Amino acid sequence: MTQNYPLYLIALLPFLGAALNLLFGRRLGNGIVSLIACGAVAGAALVATKAVWILGHDLPTKGMLVDQFFEKDWITAGDLHVAAGLMLDRLSAVMVLIVTWIALLIHIYATGYMEHEPDYARFFGYLNLFTGSMLILVLGDSLPVTFVGWEGVGLCSYLLIGFWYQEDKNATAGRKAFIVNRVGDFGFLLGICLLWTLLGTVKYAEMGSLLNELRRPFWMGWPAGYWVAVFLFIGCMGKSAQIPLYVWLPDAMAGPTPVSALIHAATMVTAGVYVVARTHGIFDITPSAAQMLVSGIGAITALMAATIGIVQRDFKKVLAYSTVSQLGFMFVGVGSGAYVAGIMHLMTHAFFKAGLFLGAGSVMHAMGGEGDITKMGGLGKHMPITRWTFFVYCLAIAGIFPFAGFFSKDAILAGAFASKFVMADTANPTQQMLINLYPKFLWGTLTLAAFCTAFYMWRLYFMVFTGTFRGTHEQEHHLHESPPEMTLPLVVLAVGAVLSGLIGVPAVMSHGLPESVQHFTGFFEHWLVPAIVPASPEPHGHALEWGLMAGATIISIAGIGLAASLYRGGISKAAENVKNSLQPVYALLWNKYFVDELYDLVLVRPLKMLARVLWRVADAVIVDGGLTKVGPALVGWFGTRTRRLQNGDVQRYLIAVVLGAAAVLFLSTFWLPYRGVQGSITKEGRRVNLVLGEGKVPNNRLVYRIDWDGDGKFDEENVRHAEKGFFHDYQNAGTFRIVVEAHDPDWHVGKSSADWILGARKPLSVTVE
Amino acid sequence: MSMILPVITLLPLLGVLLCLVVPREEAALHRGIGIGVTLTAFLVSLLVLSGFDPATMNHVVKWAWAPSLGIHFHLGIDGISLWLVLLTTFLMPVVLLSTVNAITEKVREFIIAVLVLETGMLGAFLALDLFVFYVFWEVMLIPMYFIIGIWGGERRLYAAIKFVLYTMVGSLLMLIALLYMYIKAHQATGQWSFAYDTMRNLILTPQEQLLCFVAFALAFCIKVPLFPLHTWLPDAHVEAPTAGSVILASVLLKFGSYGLLRYAIPFFPSAVAECAPYMQWLAVIGVVYGSLVAFAQPDIKKLIAYSSVAHMGFVVLGLFMLNPRSVNGAMYQMLAHGISTGGLFLSVGVIYERRHTRRLDEFGGLWQRMPYFAATLLIFTMASVGLPGLSGFVGEFLVILGTFSATRDAIGIPAVVEHAKLLGAICALGVVLGAVYMLWLFQRAMLGPLTNPLNKKLPDLTLREGLVMLPMLLMAFWLGIYPSTFLSDIDPAVVKTLAAFKEKNAAGPATDAPRMLGSTDAKPAADGKPALPAGHPAPTAK
Repeated sequence: MTQNYPLYLIALLPFLGAALNLLFGRRLGNGIVSLIACGAVAGAALVATKAVWILGHDLPTKGMLVDQFFEKDWITAGDLHVAAGLMLDRLSAVMVLIVTWIALLIHIYATGYMEHEPDYARFFGYLNLFTGSMLILVLGDSLPVTFVGWEGVGLCSYLLIGFWYQEDKNATAGRKAFIVNRVGDFGFLLGICLLWTLLGTVKYAEMGSLLNELRRPFWMGWPAGYWVAVFLFIGCMGKSAQIPLYVWLPDAMAGPTPVSALIHAATMVTAGVYVVARTHGIFDITPSAAQMLVSGIGAITALMAATIGIVQRDFKKVLAYSTVSQLGFMFVGVGSGAYVAGIMHLMTHAFFKAGLFLGAGSVMHAMGGEGDITKMGGLGKHMPITRWTFFVYCLAIAGIFPFAGFFSKDAILAGAFASKFVMADTANPTQQMLINLYPKFLWGTLTLAAFCTAFYMWRLYFMVFTGTFRGTHEQEHHLHESPPEMTLPLVVLAVGAVLSGLIGVPAVMSHGLPESVQHFTGFFEHWLVPAIVPASPEPHGHALEWGLMAGATIISIAGIGLAASLYRGGISKAAENVKNSLQPVYALLWNKYFVDELYDLVLVRPLKMLARVLWRVADAVIVDGGLTKVGPALVGWFGTRTRRLQNGDVQRYLIAVVLGAAAVLFLSTFWLPYRGVQGSITKEGRRVNLVLGEGKVPNNRLVYRIDWDGDGKFDEENVRHAEKGFFHDYQNAGTFRIVVEAHDPDWHVGKSSADWILGARKPLSVTVE
Repeated sequence: MSMILPVITLLPLLGVLLCLVVPREEAALHRGIGIGVTLTAFLVSLLVLSGFDPATMNHVVKWAWAPSLGIHFHLGIDGISLWLVLLTTFLMPVVLLSTVNAITEKVREFIIAVLVLETGMLGAFLALDLFVFYVFWEVMLIPMYFIIGIWGGERRLYAAIKFVLYTMVGSLLMLIALLYMYIKAHQATGQWSFAYDTMRNLILTPQEQLLCFVAFALAFCIKVPLFPLHTWLPDAHVEAPTAGSVILASVLLKFGSYGLLRYAIPFFPSAVAECAPYMQWLAVIGVVYGSLVAFAQPDIKKLIAYSSVAHMGFVVLGLFMLNPRSVNGAMYQMLAHGISTGGLFLSVGVIYERRHTRRLDEFGGLWQRMPYFAATLLIFTMASVGLPGLSGFVGEFLVILGTFSATRDAIGIPAVVEHAKLLGAICALGVVLGAVYMLWLFQRAMLGPLTNPLNKKLPDLTLREGLVMLPMLLMAFWLGIYPSTFLSDIDPAVVKTLAAFKEKNAAGPATDAPRMLGSTDAKPAADGKPALPAGHPAPTAK
């Protein structure tokens, strides 16, 4: 069931805010700029909340609110129709609420954080533009509309990473983000194209009933749906920073911290997870190759990024790798069919990771922009609100009961553990065994990643907030708690990081509680299942489920414990010892597995080289040289040869004129009629066919007279040569001489076969019996 | 009879007359005449839109010119030419406004050249008679030659002559093909005519079609320019003054693709069936090649020139995929390229006027000094990259989608769709590469520290420059946000053109003599005797 609702307002309000601030912001003053920016997002948040309320209350579970930007279709081309349509169903409802409200908090935070920024209006203009684009992304009712938002957020990411463009490093980081994302967009575009080619629609609401089309085999033995999923997932790898396209996200930390919190932690980077969930019908198609790909990439990314996070020294870099890792968790969730878990982790992560970044911003604000955690320490006593909220976020991300991360991470681990992947029946026993082990591999990798997560987060916490200060006196003197517009969002997000998990408590834990409580604790699942996504796979038996939870908790506590033993109260001797004894491993992690260097060597340099070679060699020498040198050279050659003809010797000219005139006269008076009276004869009984000119005279050029029997009288006059020649049916047997006269009407010259001049041929004659 | 079309075509010539009577010293007055006339032509051209029916020819005029030779001054406008005509009339006042500081010598001659050029361009877009088309086509060449050769940069003569030679080679071959068709049409109908409809309905034999197609396509592909016929373009762009570059990129290149769609493709279906795969591959090679070579350029104008090669590659690919989506995309890309690349060249002109250099390494960090200019360039950059919401996206998206999904349409020529998926994928790669070189350009020019002391005092956009940029920016947004405005006129015309192509292709080529669409080949008579052309005395048998 659908109902119209002015959803366009949700996206339009931030766009209007952006337009106002970008066009006139420089004249408006910071106060009005903040008012416009925050007001626009607050308006969007209120409209969105109202819309979600209507969706939850007035509509059935599968209902949705729809809206369209324009009366007409957005793009019409032949049989392709794409409307600029928006839709709000229960999945986009989750996203819209996260995006609008967290964006509002971060806008408020930024009014404090960016207070002294001269380009204040431009910053808020971009931030509003981002919010609007992100809302288009999550509200779009078809893949192209989503793609519009998808590219819009990419642009804003580019602009905001390079916000302080005066430094080349920032501009380069922005460009890298845009280009790596474009590589992903390449896949996304092909996904859209392939899907439309197969289904003739790219609208989410219309796709469901056609999915069977995607089961047909398509390429390399895989069904069409697999390839659509792969292409779309390439896009998701780019936007959501998964292997091998994650390399832009750590560099993206060059942007202002509120940007990192909003775009590169809470909202934009989760767009890939959203798209997989949104198009889950495609990813669900068996054989589960697409799901195995998504979850496998997610798991490996989660572990790899987490290990890198362990050794980083830059506050925001640690958080960046943590984001990459947590996005990996989400992809394992949506990739192993545990969509609810994946989306729920997306939500809880939005709270605690946005909080972590804002906390980082608060710390760096106090430190005068310093981001190196080895130069911090003991900040807790100077900035208590930042410290304790950060403490909460760290508990949440480590997955300690009852903080939000515990429930969502546990749901992903349980889903991965219990997932079942179906491959072709022809798989041999070894393959089958590997397929059966795959969920355990996912679970194991994630558990390891969770251990690392707990370790690096708490390493960060201890190094920054406990122990003694390691920075300069100057910095120590300026340490202060941030202003309320910055701490308020920290507190609100902390509350979210504590409570937001409680709407997704696993059934086994809420078992036996009153029904109303159960209704609340299972809210998230009831909201999405079965209307939007299928139910998550669940482990068999309560004991196993409890066991998994206990195991995950123990792992997390172990990680925290290890971090405490090494970094509590400063960087301990033991930490240095561990680092020194594992030097090669440390170097590998510190250099991020040398992936950037590898890309530089394998992609960037060869591409630059190729570009230069193409320009200097292919274009300048071969193509341009070929056309501009060879052509004139030919003309020149011809000219030097022929100029001898023009040597000024009048006698020679005259000879040439006379010879030429003779040739023209000869050809015109003689040649055609002469050819015209030559011919060949074929017989069919008494019918004699005569083909004249033998193809050397243009058809119908000459007019003929023919004497078939040699009596001197022409039997046919003024006829032209038909396609297949002339024929004559003789009535009596005998030998006949045939005389043909050809006449060229244009030159008024003629020739008869009776008087050969050159004597090359016998007169035509024929004998019939 | 509506007189709009001859009025807008010939109005610029009226401006030329005015310029001729005003003394040559009155530069400002000449500029005023130029801008006034082109602006009037633009406003008059907007009248075309009222009651416009995209699928047929509107506002048709047909005046006898040399009736004994079948030549008529025959103009009309449909959905394919509509927006190209409006793009032309829209751009001319903008371009003239942009030259106030750049062109200070021989102003009168410059204005006259631009006005004659406008007449040539409009006439060529509107012509429904191939003779008229050819005349206007050649009329465009001369003023452009002068614009590059007189007001251009250091190597202007080399560039101008290269431009003329390249174009002439193609157009002379086209002329020969045109005359051949004229004679064949006479054979088939018994009447002398250059009328577009006659030529479109004329069916030639496969060999004739192939030769004529090659002649036409060569002329148009040089104009586009299609790889590997593109090397005149970077030289012409670099040496031309800003106004010349803008007109060249925004309008003149479009004649190549317009000609393909209007003439080469509908005229010779069997040749198209044969050649389309080659054209498709040359087009995608152009997309990738143009992007890569653009990436290596140290000269801003050259970079943009090579980006044109890549963008026009999309257009040619779209045309030769021969399905409504891809052809709509190609048409749209033509408009979008006109706005975004025109905007880019105007932007280069702004900094060229201040610094008299186009080398990228001379710049860097200009944003700090010129924020409004930076925003303008950023928008054109993003439009060129194909960001949704700006002009470039819709065209690229439709071409890629149309190419990729070409197998859905039964055009009746298997070879056309044989490599659809691969071509689509390579073409989509162009989207990635486009971002690589354009963002490189933007970063090198505008971002980073402002180190070059010569750049430290650069003023931002002046009011006049702002007035030049504003309409271009608005169009970039309009094309990106509400494509229906344009597609609702383009689509019906494209669908009709393709339907006509399909019909003609299905009718098959002529076996021997030329014939008209709708009539059948002369068939052997029942008794096995060859049928004779009408009016021919049958051989009498004894």
